[in-house]
Amino acid sequence: MKILVCISNVPDTTSKITFTNDNTAFNTAGVQFIINPYDEIALSKAVELAEGGKGTVTVINVGDASTDATIRKALAIGADNAVRINAVPRDAWFVANQIANYARDNAFDLILTGRESIDYNGAQVGSIVAELLNIPSVSIAKKIDIAADTVSIEREIEGGKEVLTAKLPIVIGTAEGVAEPKIPNMRGIMSARTKPLEVLEATDVDTLAHIVHYETPAPRGTVKLVDSAEVDKLVSLLHDEAKVI
Amino acid sequence: MSILVYVENTDGKFKKSAFEVVSYAKAIADNTSTDLVAISIGNVAQDELAALGNYGASKVLTVNNEQLSSFVNQAYASIIAEAAKNISANVLVLSNSFSGKGLAPRIAAKLHAALADGALALPTIEGEKLSVKKSAFSNKAFATVELTAATKVISLSPNAYETKETGGTAVVEPFTANIASTDFSTIVKEIVRATDKISLPEAEIVVSAGRGLKGPENWGMIEELADVLGAATACSKPVSDAGWRPHSEHVGQTGIVVSPNLYIAIGISGAIQHLAGVSSSKTIVVINKDPEAPFFKVADYGIVGDAFEIVPKLTQALKAYKGH
Ligand SMILES: Cc1cc2nc3c(=O)[nH]c(=O)nc-3n(C[C@H](O)[C@H](O)[C@H](O)COP(=O)(O)OP(=O)(O)OC[C@H]3O[C@@H](n4cnc5c(N)ncnc54)[C@H](O)[C@@H]3O)c2cc1C
Ligand SMILES: Nc1ncnc2c1ncn2[C@@H]1O[C@H](COP(=O)(O)O)[C@@H](O)[C@H]1O
Repeated sequence: MKILVCISNVPDTTSKITFTNDNTAFNTAGVQFIINPYDEIALSKAVELAEGGKGTVTVINVGDASTDATIRKALAIGADNAVRINAVPRDAWFVANQIANYARDNAFDLILTGRESIDYNGAQVGSIVAELLNIPSVSIAKKIDIAADTVSIEREIEGGKEVLTAKLPIVIGTAEGVAEPKIPNMRGIMSARTKPLEVLEATDVDTLAHIVHYETPAPRGTVKLVDSAEVDKLVSLLHDEAKVI
Repeated sequence: MSILVYVENTDGKFKKSAFEVVSYAKAIADNTSTDLVAISIGNVAQDELAALGNYGASKVLTVNNEQLSSFVNQAYASIIAEAAKNISANVLVLSNSFSGKGLAPRIAAKLHAALADGALALPTIEGEKLSVKKSAFSNKAFATVELTAATKVISLSPNAYETKETGGTAVVEPFTANIASTDFSTIVKEIVRATDKISLPEAEIVVSAGRGLKGPENWGMIEELADVLGAATACSKPVSDAGWRPHSEHVGQTGIVVSPNLYIAIGISGAIQHLAGVSSSKTIVVINKDPEAPFFKVADYGIVGDAFEIVPKLTQALKAYKGH
């Protein structure tokens, strides 16, 4: 089984988010970048599926050279090889087209993405890739089982779950629960240095959307503390002041 | 200019998020002096469909056959894209629900449209350009996305826009689309839905608890509080990781993002990854025995104290209040 895992390079979950250029650009100064946590789940699942010679795992990233550290980390976790499409991501349409072009030339059985990237939270790339390849997609999978060419997926729905099946190839966006995140061991880290990382030039694709402005949420006023002996007072505040009950 | 709104049903019924998208699309239609057309897929009764008129749709297209009774995103995307072309829609609105998230990008790709995911407010329109505010960096910021493609798709965050009744009526018309057999490559085997539970992403009130609760056996008081409030229950990540609660209740950066009117956090420290999923809640109440817990810094109201003592008291006080 040939598996492609799409990796996005995002600010560490503890990063303080600030902006520059009159709030039109994300300030990367001092920010540590990591593999998108959902992509780490996707990669861990891929490595699990490929274990024991049952398949190969390729990771792909659309990014400039600054993402190489994140790609090496993915190789350390257990991907066999990596591809970087050399371009600064412009929008989901642009990124998805680059990935779809590569996938078209390399016939993968399974394409995994994260359910969304934690920077722009678009949840777009995987489903667009699937549409461009004209194959099925499931955008938020909580469980994936594969037997021969059939995949069984549990997907999240409001207030419950849906179980569905499909034939490979398919694009699946992974959420918490699909796999335990794998931590790279020493051997993985050593071998990651010599695993192939191919850099390909991007194809020309138009841009459909772009961010023009950022803002940070207005800070909440200071907390109103209610004495633990006067719980009734909280009820009054929620009713009279906050008007939420 | 013409506007299409896709209205999702659950077992043949429209829920609040359906009326939200129609109301939202209606406001865009009004701002651009055009009529609003809605499309529904699956088995929905005529009067339920016609009721969308009361939220501003002047026409409702309905597509229904055996094969479409459960959600198949490829087929649904094909139908909606075809309807959009049919009425020359340049704006398409749908809910950023779990199914909507899988649908919107596929429709956008078919139409070579720009997609604004998870819109939080009405767009601003400037000539051919449309700008939409959405959450970014897991709720740590907002981004305004400018859509420049000729066709625009907007998926609306649940709970972000108030429903508005217009008193209007809608004509219901059947719609048929050409769907390829390859559009039916996923097959739904089973749907498990706790019907007695309020769905977390749509809930107006959420009662959430963390590791401070010590063990799964202590969730009775959380459920009771949620019951009195008509709230959904949620939890922090370590709680679902430990199997105390199902993963579907886990909120935060790697879980579900919620923005209810009221979020009550009990025995949760307020780690940045947890806040990422809840900080857009309109009002936040924190109950924690540690006055230094970071959650108090982003709360509107707080009680410092032992959850085991305060939660039952709060439930009692609410019962008394509801009794009035
Ligand atoms: C990549 C990554 C992603 C993550 N994603 C998420 C996520 O999506 N969601 C999430 O929640 N976490 C997430 N986390 C974990 C997060 O960092 C915290 O560890 C977690 O939120 C802590 O959960 P907690 O507040 O329940 O537990 P704790 O931090 O252990 O806090 C328990 C709190 O309960 C209080 N308490 C104890 N006893 C009582 C009592 N009797 N009465 C009242 N209060 C009491 C304590 O004072 C304390 O504040 C993530 C972490 C990483 C690294
Ligand atoms: N620049 C990128 N390169 C490779 N994969 C990406 C990139 N951006 C997003 N993805 C993948 O698409 C998923 C959804 O991303 P998004 O649509 O940005 O929320 C991510 O979890 C990744 O798997």
